[in-house]
Amino acid sequence: MTTVRTVTAMAALTLREAARRRVLLALAALTLMLLLLSAWGFSRLAAESSLGTLTTGEARLAASQLLNLVMFGFSLIAALGTAFLAGPTLSGETESGIALAVLARPVRRAAVLLGKWLGLVVFGSGFVALAGLAQCLIVHWTVGYWPPQPIAALALLAAQTVVLLTLGLLLSTVVSPMASGVVAVGLFGATWVAGVVGGIGQALGNEGVASVGTVSRMILPTDGLWRGAMHAFQDPSVLSRFGEEFKGFPFLSEAPLTPAYLGWAGVWVAMIWGLAAVSFQRRDL
Amino acid sequence: MTVPAGHTTGHTAGRTTGRDAATSAQAAARLVAGLPKSPAVWCSGLRKRYGKRQAVAEVSLEVERGQIVGLLGPNGAGKTTVIKMLLGLVRPDAGEVMLLGAPATDPAARAQVGYLPELFRYQPWLSAAEVLALHVRLSGIAVSAPEQHSCLDLVGLADRAGDRVGGFSKGMQQRLGLAVALVARPRFVILDEPTSALDPLGRVDVRDIVLGLRSRGVAVLLNSHLIGEVERVCDRVVILDKGRVAASGTLGELLGQREVRLRLTGLSQEARARLAEAGEAVEDDGWLTVALAAGDDEAVVPDLVRDLVGLGTRVHAVEPGRISLEERLLGILRAGSNEPGGGEARGLSGADVGNTDGRGLPGADAGDAEARVLSGADDGGAR
Repeated sequence: MTTVRTVTAMAALTLREAARRRVLLALAALTLMLLLLSAWGFSRLAAESSLGTLTTGEARLAASQLLNLVMFGFSLIAALGTAFLAGPTLSGETESGIALAVLARPVRRAAVLLGKWLGLVVFGSGFVALAGLAQCLIVHWTVGYWPPQPIAALALLAAQTVVLLTLGLLLSTVVSPMASGVVAVGLFGATWVAGVVGGIGQALGNEGVASVGTVSRMILPTDGLWRGAMHAFQDPSVLSRFGEEFKGFPFLSEAPLTPAYLGWAGVWVAMIWGLAAVSFQRRDL
Repeated sequence: MTVPAGHTTGHTAGRTTGRDAATSAQAAARLVAGLPKSPAVWCSGLRKRYGKRQAVAEVSLEVERGQIVGLLGPNGAGKTTVIKMLLGLVRPDAGEVMLLGAPATDPAARAQVGYLPELFRYQPWLSAAEVLALHVRLSGIAVSAPEQHSCLDLVGLADRAGDRVGGFSKGMQQRLGLAVALVARPRFVILDEPTSALDPLGRVDVRDIVLGLRSRGVAVLLNSHLIGEVERVCDRVVILDKGRVAASGTLGELLGQREVRLRLTGLSQEARARLAEAGEAVEDDGWLTVALAAGDDEAVVPDLVRDLVGLGTRVHAVEPGRISLEERLLGILRAGSNEPGGGEARGLSGADVGNTDGRGLPGADAGDAEARVLSGADDGGAR
């Protein structure tokens, strides 16, 4: 009962912090900008299509790829936002002394950590779901394209955000707030690049290079989940028609995620969260 | 060191039926109810090492319920580390802590403990009232909104309840910290440098609040550099030096010998005998200095003067004197840094003066030690 109370109190506090520190406002402004830009872009695409300069297949391909590109933008915003929120929330409060008064209360540190994590999960997933849904609707209204599995795609994007913020939380129990955000985002970028390199390796039939992507996707599942999300966003006919020509293209995913990989991502999050809890428990304030 | 009442490590032996368990629980409750209340805090053999530096070595202390205990010592003596270990914020390398009769390893032991940290910072994006509401929620104790507001009123922040903490001055944040420490109806309050950011008026407020806590039976552990404040409000004092308890006891025990300087004429034999009865008298330049026995009996000097006058002595001047806590503190710290084998309980009655292991302050003589202590000491302001 005490633990539940602590967890809900800390989750609510984390959400309130995000709202009060104007993180929400900044994210909303960025998202709106991206939505408007993409709406303009997609309307141009629709115009080209109606003029007859693009075939229906080409228009679908372009819409599908553009959607993946814009969604990557959203996942990047969510990643940056949550990583930089997750950092200050633990190490920042430890450094400033805010944590002293809170942790001197009859609360378990793991419950405080879980509350903060839940708050961040709700915040990050909520952002991705809302912004992603808005983007899908814009694409639907402008070019008439609706992704095959929008719910699965948005859930995978949210999962990617959860993976990154859990990493950010672990880092913030051991390094300074700024460093934890930078390292988390850096690793996110590095894994994405490794994924692209792996894709090129696969296209060229070079197994050594291809394994770079596979290994990096195991170490940090953000890129793997992103590729799963892309697969759920893109038009399946595009892959069958242009798959060979676009092999290795970073915004085209060739296969859906396996349940085993999803399971691994779940285990990974649980493991990293556990490490964060142990590290936070042992930390002297 | 004795284990405090309420510290039981019993195990439930064998299988018991539900009724047996209920009966034995009732019996245990009766047994515990008959015991004296466990101390507000009790710790034994606390040790903490940071890298090569031994921050705290074998610290044992106790704060009885309703008692105000002052924690004194130079900078780096380990006072804040000891406090953080009591609250589970720092993990001790060794030692045991009991808070209000429960092992401090269980977070529930802190349910009725209030804490004002030395580094007082509260969520800047919340209002003062919201910070209190958060702490009430985390403490798990139901405190009504009017009661929370009266807590802000007590520290002088009633009219700033709705303002964001981010806009508060340091003094106001420290006042808020005090409200946070007091809001969940604590039975034990730890105040770590509670007046460091306050003006003289604020210091008087804090003194009144601390005395108010004692009158309600709330125990207080007060870490302060303001020796004058400690001397005024504390029942007992624990002096830490280099991570060890250098001395502890009541003020009377710690300050030990008192004296009275008298200017007298017409001393008869009987009057001299009466003086000798009061204590050893030394005459110097027309003044008689009588060393009085240690203790807190305030009637000793007036009784002596009354008897002397009754014996025909003419009393021209009376100057009761007592060694100040500051002088005593400096004496203990100097003894710790100068005497190989540690400071002993010289001239003290009942005070527990610990072995300070005789290692001098690194690169410092007694003069340095004095300067160091005085740099943190500030006896002014709140008188």
